[in-house]
Amino acid sequence: MSSHVINYELDPSKRIPLVTGNNNFKSVTDIICAPVEQPAPSWWWIAISASGSVLLLLLSMLGYLFWEGIGVWGLNNPVAWGFDIVNLVFWVGIGHAGTLISAILFLFRQKWRTSINRFSEAMTIFAVICALIFPAVHTGRPWVDYFLLPIPNSMAIWPNFRSPLLWDLFAFTTYFTVSLLFWYVGLIPDLATLRDRAKTKTRKVVYGLFALGWRGANRHWQNYEKAYMILAALAAPLVLSVHSIVSFDFATSQLPGWHTTIFPPYFVAGAVFSGFAMVISLMVIARELFGMKDLVTMYHLECMNKVILATGSIVGYAYGMEFFVAWYSGNEYEAFAFINRAFGPYAWAYWIMISCNVISPQFFWFKKLRTSIPVMFIISIFVNIGMWFERFVIVMTLHRDFLPSSWGYFRPTWVDLSTLVGSFGLFFTLFLLFLKFLPMVAIAEVKGVMPAANPHHGEDH
Amino acid sequence: MSKKQFFGVVGEFKTPKSLMKAAEALRDAGYTQFETYSPFPIHGMDDAMGLKHSKLGWIVLCGGFTGLSCALALQWWTSAVDYKLTISGKPFFSYQAFVPVTFECMVLFSAFCAVFGMLALNRLPKLYHPVFKHSRFHDASSHSFFLSVDVKDPLYKTLETASFLHGLGGENLEEIED
Repeated sequence: MSSHVINYELDPSKRIPLVTGNNNFKSVTDIICAPVEQPAPSWWWIAISASGSVLLLLLSMLGYLFWEGIGVWGLNNPVAWGFDIVNLVFWVGIGHAGTLISAILFLFRQKWRTSINRFSEAMTIFAVICALIFPAVHTGRPWVDYFLLPIPNSMAIWPNFRSPLLWDLFAFTTYFTVSLLFWYVGLIPDLATLRDRAKTKTRKVVYGLFALGWRGANRHWQNYEKAYMILAALAAPLVLSVHSIVSFDFATSQLPGWHTTIFPPYFVAGAVFSGFAMVISLMVIARELFGMKDLVTMYHLECMNKVILATGSIVGYAYGMEFFVAWYSGNEYEAFAFINRAFGPYAWAYWIMISCNVISPQFFWFKKLRTSIPVMFIISIFVNIGMWFERFVIVMTLHRDFLPSSWGYFRPTWVDLSTLVGSFGLFFTLFLLFLKFLPMVAIAEVKGVMPAANPHHGEDH
Repeated sequence: MSKKQFFGVVGEFKTPKSLMKAAEALRDAGYTQFETYSPFPIHGMDDAMGLKHSKLGWIVLCGGFTGLSCALALQWWTSAVDYKLTISGKPFFSYQAFVPVTFECMVLFSAFCAVFGMLALNRLPKLYHPVFKHSRFHDASSHSFFLSVDVKDPLYKTLETASFLHGLGGENLEEIED
C-alpha cells in the first residue's frame, strides 16, 4: 500500500482497499468463521482460565461486600464516593467507542468501520455490564435496588425525577438495551451464515434459533437496512447523552471542581478516547491471533489512532480550560480545587493522568509511530490507565471541601483494589466467550464494502 | 389424485451484477411475486425489483412519540400529582429536569419499535421456509446469489419461467415444493 494514496477520490475503487489480500466473498466468510468453527486454540483455554479466576475474585469480593457492608471499602467522610463511581465511569466510558464506531461512523459513511464494529460493539456491551455492577452494589444492599424504579411500593412515594442519579438509571438501562439490540440486529445475518455452515446438529439448532430463520431475501434486507439506519440515528445522540448524564452526577452538584458546564462535552470526548484505546489494545492482539490482518488492516488501526489523537487533544484542552476558568472566574474555592488537584495530596494521580492522557497520544502525530503495532499497543495501555486516573482525580476532589476541619484522605482497601481487578476478569471472560462463539467481524457488512459487491463492478462509469 | 403444492422456481446466480440484471428483466417482463436472496444487501436492488420504500420509519416515529409522552406523563404524575415532594424549592413539574428521562424513554421505545417492527414487517422469526429446500441454498448466506419466482405470480408457468431465468444466467434451477 502506497503511503501517498489520495483517499478522498470520488471513485471508491481508487481508494485504499478495506479488504486486502486476494480475497473473495467465500474466503472472507471462511476467515471470519474459522475461529468459531475450529476447536479453541490452547492459548484460548489458558486465557479463559486466567480471566475466569479473576472473575471469581470479583464474585468473592462482592460476596464479602454483601456480607459485611460497605465498611470493607475505603470510603470515609468527606470522601463518600470512591472506587465504585470511578470504576462505573471508567467502564461506561470504554463502552462509548463501540457505539461511536457502530452508529456515528455509520451515519458519516465511514466504511472502514465495518471491520471493527462487531468487535467494538461487543466491547461496549461487556463494558456496560462491568459498569452496571458498581451502582447496583454500591450501597452494599443490592436487594433494595428496586427502590430506584418508578414502581408503586409500600412507602407510597416515587423516585425523585429531579435527581441526576435517577437520570443515570434511565440512561444506563436505555444505553445497554439499545446497544444490545443494535448488536443483535447486526448479528442476525451472520448467525444465519453460521447456521448454514454448521456441521453438527447442536450448532445448527442453536445458531438457527438465534438467526430467526433469516434467508437474505431482498424484501428483508430493505427493512433490515432501514432498521439499522434508524438504530444508528438513535444510538448517536444516545451515546452523547449517556456520558453527559454521567457528568451531570458531578456537574449538578455545588462542589468546586465539579460544578462546571464543560463537563458533558469533556466527559464524552474522554469516553471516546478511552474506548478507542481499549479497541486498539484488544484488536492488536486479536487480529494477530486469529489471522485477520486482511480484514483489520494497518489502515483501520491508523484511523483509530487518529481518533485517539483527536479526542486526546480535546481532553488535554479541557484540562487546560478547567484551570483557566478556575482562575478567570475569580472564585477562590474553584481556584483552590484545581491547585489542590495539581499540587495537593493527590498530585501523583493528577500527573499520572496528564502524562498518560495529554502527552502519550501526541506521539500519534507521527505516521511512523501511529502505524507501529508495539507503539500503538503501549500508548493504548497508557491511555486506559490515564483515563481511569482521570475519573479518580475528579472524584477525589471530595477530599478537601470548604472547611479545612473536615478534610481527609481516601486510601483504597484491598477489597477496593480486588474488585477493580476482578471487573477486568468479568470483561475478559465475556470477551473470550464472544471470540469463541460469535463472528468477531461483521461478515455481511464487510462483504458490502468489497468492490465485487457493487452491482456495477467492472463497468465503465 | 394427490396434487403437490409448489412454492415456485429457484435459481442460482454467481454475481450481484447478474442477479440484479435478472431482477430488472423479471420486473420489466411484468413479474411481481419474485424475490432475490444475497449474503449482503445489494444497492439498487429495491429499484431493480420495483419495491416501494420500507414503512418502518413510521412505526418508529409512533414508538418514539409514545415513549416521549409516557415518560413525561409518568414524571408529571409522580412528581406533581400523586406525591408532591418539595426538592430545593423547585416547582413540582420542573420540566427542565425531566428532559433526560424523557429523552431516554423516547430512544428506548423507538429502538424497540425499530427492531421488533423490522422483524414483524419481515414476518420473522420464521424458522422454516420452502426456499431452504433448494440443494445449494446453504451458500446464499456466504457467497452465492439466488432468485425465486412464486407460483402465485400471474405470469408464472414452471417451464417458461425456468427457461427465462436460465436465459438470464440462472443456474441450478429447481422447482421447490411448498
